[in-house]
Amino acid sequence: MSKLYSGAEIVFKCLEDQNVSHIFGYPGGAVLPIYDELKNFNSIKHILVRHEQGAGHAAEGYARSTGKPGVLLVTSGPGATNAVTALTDAYMDSIPLVCITGQVPTHLIGTDAFQECDTTGITRPCTKHNWLVKDVDDLAEIMHKAFEVATTGRPGPVLVDIPKDIQFQKSKYKNYKNNKKLNGKSHNNYSQKNIDELINLISKAKKPIFYTGGGVINSGTKASELLRELVYATGFPITSTLQGLGCFPADDNQFLGMLGMHGTYEANNAMYSCDLMINVGARFDDRITGKIDEFSPKSKKVHIDIDPSSINKNVKVDLAIVGDIKSVLTTTLKTFKKSKKNFSKSNKSQISNWWEQIQKWRSKRSLDYIGSEETIKPQYAIERLYELTKDKDAYITTEVGQHQMWAAQHYKFNKPNRWMTSGGLGTMGYGLPAAVGVQIAHPKKLVIDIAGEASVLMTMQEMSTAVQYNLPIKIFILNNEYMGMVRQWQELLHDKNYSESYTAALPDFVKMAEAYGCVGIRAKTPEELDDKIIEMLNTDRPVIFDCLVDKQENCFPMIPSGKPHNQMLLGPKDQKEKKITGKGRTLV
Amino acid sequence: MANSKSAYSLAGKKQKPDTHIIVVWVDNEAGVLARVVGLFSGRGYNIESLAVAEVDQKQNISRITIVTTGTPQVVDQIKLQLKKLVPVHKVADFKREDKNVIFKEMALFKFVANNGKLNKAFEACKNFNPVILDKTNKSNVIQITALRREIDRMSKNLKKFGLVSVSRTGAVAMTRGSEIFK
Repeated sequence: MSKLYSGAEIVFKCLEDQNVSHIFGYPGGAVLPIYDELKNFNSIKHILVRHEQGAGHAAEGYARSTGKPGVLLVTSGPGATNAVTALTDAYMDSIPLVCITGQVPTHLIGTDAFQECDTTGITRPCTKHNWLVKDVDDLAEIMHKAFEVATTGRPGPVLVDIPKDIQFQKSKYKNYKNNKKLNGKSHNNYSQKNIDELINLISKAKKPIFYTGGGVINSGTKASELLRELVYATGFPITSTLQGLGCFPADDNQFLGMLGMHGTYEANNAMYSCDLMINVGARFDDRITGKIDEFSPKSKKVHIDIDPSSINKNVKVDLAIVGDIKSVLTTTLKTFKKSKKNFSKSNKSQISNWWEQIQKWRSKRSLDYIGSEETIKPQYAIERLYELTKDKDAYITTEVGQHQMWAAQHYKFNKPNRWMTSGGLGTMGYGLPAAVGVQIAHPKKLVIDIAGEASVLMTMQEMSTAVQYNLPIKIFILNNEYMGMVRQWQELLHDKNYSESYTAALPDFVKMAEAYGCVGIRAKTPEELDDKIIEMLNTDRPVIFDCLVDKQENCFPMIPSGKPHNQMLLGPKDQKEKKITGKGRTLV
Repeated sequence: MANSKSAYSLAGKKQKPDTHIIVVWVDNEAGVLARVVGLFSGRGYNIESLAVAEVDQKQNISRITIVTTGTPQVVDQIKLQLKKLVPVHKVADFKREDKNVIFKEMALFKFVANNGKLNKAFEACKNFNPVILDKTNKSNVIQITALRREIDRMSKNLKKFGLVSVSRTGAVAMTRGSEIFK
């Protein structure tokens, strides 16, 4: 007879077989049997967070920077509900997470027992799938299936809810079988005909553009390489969503910068005026499209995505290619090289007018801002941070708000998996715990959370985690004392009624850093900024960097709500030269 | 500009909605109905009627029939989102007007009246395969099978014959001819 293992042991045996090296978690009554087993499994290291939301975001940071699934282990009731924000965040941004929750013993389920909640009910809409384990004999299979669901197709979070009695009960451990069949759900569902059609469109286009997103990153580093190859081979311009930054080098001439609500003038105008749009792994999010009815009215649209439900969800497309980006790009390149040798040279004249037009838009220099010698402009702070870290292969996380957009605009990413930000859900407090997860995965690398003072306070407790595990993360706070993006909207759309967007009684971040046992640095003037940043980079401990920036600065350019891409609002420099008239005026 | 004091864009043009019957084959496991129904409520799709029962005891397959209204784009989304659910095997979609598909609902009517009215009530149901399931000297229960709007009409018209209670199922559907949906 084969050996019997307890449910708790089976959990770890599954994690071992899935090559999990780190789990993020917080113990509690209903997971104690699992925590008791931890000592017997040396290959798995547990990172104790300070709040379950932190565990979730740390696992997300881990997953995004490695491409592997992130694992979190939390208790029943409040443990599970605290993890819900992170699960929803991962669901929106397609990040593979496996969340293991404890549950009250089976016989107490439904009795409103202590720390009981309907975990699978609560998390049903924010996971790809979840399981309540009712029989210990099913546990191993469910655990392995959970990893499979989380990592295949469009990745996402899953949850396994394990009642405490199941954790004690014994069963045989079934070995992991890599079963690729997922209830008949195949992921590559395109034909050579689709690819030929795409290449035909590419060869005819006079005003083409690549519009790329997080799907390229999720498809693995190889997908980014293939994308670069295709973009260079065609000579077409490329723009990226917030999530896709890094899949194409930001300092390359063919890159037009980020598009969307706070995207560049050239990227948005090119999207509006193009005749061929090739969407690679993006989802026509509302922050990207602006007014749907006037979104890129004259273009043929191609959509390459692994998720069939992303096709035609927001924008009708002319050619849909459902499949893994890596696989689609491999086939496309193969066909392209065979049929269109020297395409970029022969095609140069066909798209030369288009590039001229793009250069005109570019000359607007839409990311410019008015510098200052007295106060630190937030854009300047990011620019300096970029200049001083660009050779260090840094990993950047962010919170949510103005600082996030400035980071996306001014920090130039050249590699995938270096940029971790909460795009879909827009979770303030994401960046600090995410930085913890990234640093766990890459202990020797430079990890910076570009933060706002309001966001960072939401999950500040995770500094304690960073100190406990000697994680030298750098929290770079652009401190303007406002919830900046809220203030910006209030200034532009609510007659400067700054309702509750100012944070009075902020903590002294330098003293706070010291209280946590890490290092606090403050920069007040542009003059001292470089030195202070260098001081931060030379500190081999966690640092909270309090960068006091201009309190009134707004994030430009922007597309006002309900407007199409060609009606952008540019920064103050442009507004001075060319007064905005008509309807736009009421906005400024 | 005054009307867009929001970080979101305004609603665009709407297409015309149609009534569709969506049939979903699922693993009959705990919570599966909640997953399907939750997808509808969570994404703002509407459910006009719902019928669900296990149809294959050996493989534990249940068949869920949902009547919904939506624009072509929404109905496409419903199908694609349903197909993403792990316990869902296949999804079929029929338009209500589709002549190749049979739609049926069942209703139970309870009448309390004198014999004359009860007879008239049965007579009025005769186009809809009426079966008398229970009878006393002052009441009866009649089962009919018909289309939704026919049952709607009947339950209004039969009031005068002493109809006191109506219980009805959601629609179930099946294709005509020898073909089955794969």
